[in-house]
Amino acid sequence: MVKLVINGVERELDVPEDMPLLWVLREVAGMTGTKFGCGAALCGACTVHVNGIATRSCVMPVGTLAGQRITTIEGLAQGGVKHPCQRAWMELSVPQCGYCQSGQIMSASALLAAQPEPTNEDIDAVMAGNLCRCGTYPRIRAAIHRASELAKQERVDLKAAIGVAEPKEGH
Amino acid sequence: MPLLSTLVLIAVTQTPTSPEAGSHPFDDVAKVLQHPRCMNCHPAGERPLQKDTQLFHKQNVSRRIEQLGHACTTCHPGKAVPGADLPPGAPHWNMPSARVPMVFEKRTPQQLCEQLKDPTANGNRTLEQLRAHMAEDAIVKWGFSPGEGRSVPPLSHEEFVRRVDAWLAAGAPCPQHPLAPQKPATPPSVAPTPSK
Repeated sequence: MVKLVINGVERELDVPEDMPLLWVLREVAGMTGTKFGCGAALCGACTVHVNGIATRSCVMPVGTLAGQRITTIEGLAQGGVKHPCQRAWMELSVPQCGYCQSGQIMSASALLAAQPEPTNEDIDAVMAGNLCRCGTYPRIRAAIHRASELAKQERVDLKAAIGVAEPKEGH
Repeated sequence: MPLLSTLVLIAVTQTPTSPEAGSHPFDDVAKVLQHPRCMNCHPAGERPLQKDTQLFHKQNVSRRIEQLGHACTTCHPGKAVPGADLPPGAPHWNMPSARVPMVFEKRTPQQLCEQLKDPTANGNRTLEQLRAHMAEDAIVKWGFSPGEGRSVPPLSHEEFVRRVDAWLAAGAPCPQHPLAPQKPATPPSVAPTPSK
């Protein structure tokens, strides 16, 4: 049994410890918003938050995440209010086919929690790991800037929105 | 010059520790530290290196991601998962911090040794704490059994720890001969910043 807090709800799941988190979310918890892309942490489609840090769920053995807080695209909106990223994505019609976009939004929301007003260089530094075969990159960048504006205008606490953990010091 | 004079000259110009590679207690330690399994996460710049070719890590990865809501653990699991093309994994996968970068790349063994012992450069660690990192840390141990498709350092982990202990027992001396630093990582053939 593995205990996880998924979108604020404590879950006790009877799954093998080596099962990737993505399988647990989609096949056991029934949350299919997080997508399978490459299965090797190379494309970013499966991105969720683990304690507020963007994480590729397709390669993470669930046993290594016991007790940790998992946020998926289904849990990003709070109290019926969509996250600024979700609203900016809709406003700018970012998705084309849409398959990668939940991963894109989860990476972007983790970025904004840590850096509420990112530069283009900040965006490139972390969004480079999220691929889009439709090539929506210019709209993704624009939407991140727009989400930043929305959060500033509405005084949204972007850290609280995803529950960012304190950064770790290197060894 | 007579043969005897030549031998005397060689004898008096040699230091107590031979200048030949491998003869100083730290030289074998340095060879391990500068193997790709160790050095790739201890680079000279902000970007980690990757694979035995030691190219810059793909996906524009740099130390900056830690300030931008991401981490090495975004892609590297807390334990190894099988597969040559999957990201390697071990507990708390990370790079040394920007404040204490502990650079192994482009260092002579002498420079590497002096850096290891310098509290201002090693995170204020004692030699015992450094030994503990090299002997017990799971991420270091991973480097000696990194899974398929990755080379291993020239010594086993057990032998490496023995050499570290021998170096410490000798008083942690640093070699005084300037061996050439490791070859720098090959720069990428194209600009690393993606056009998004």
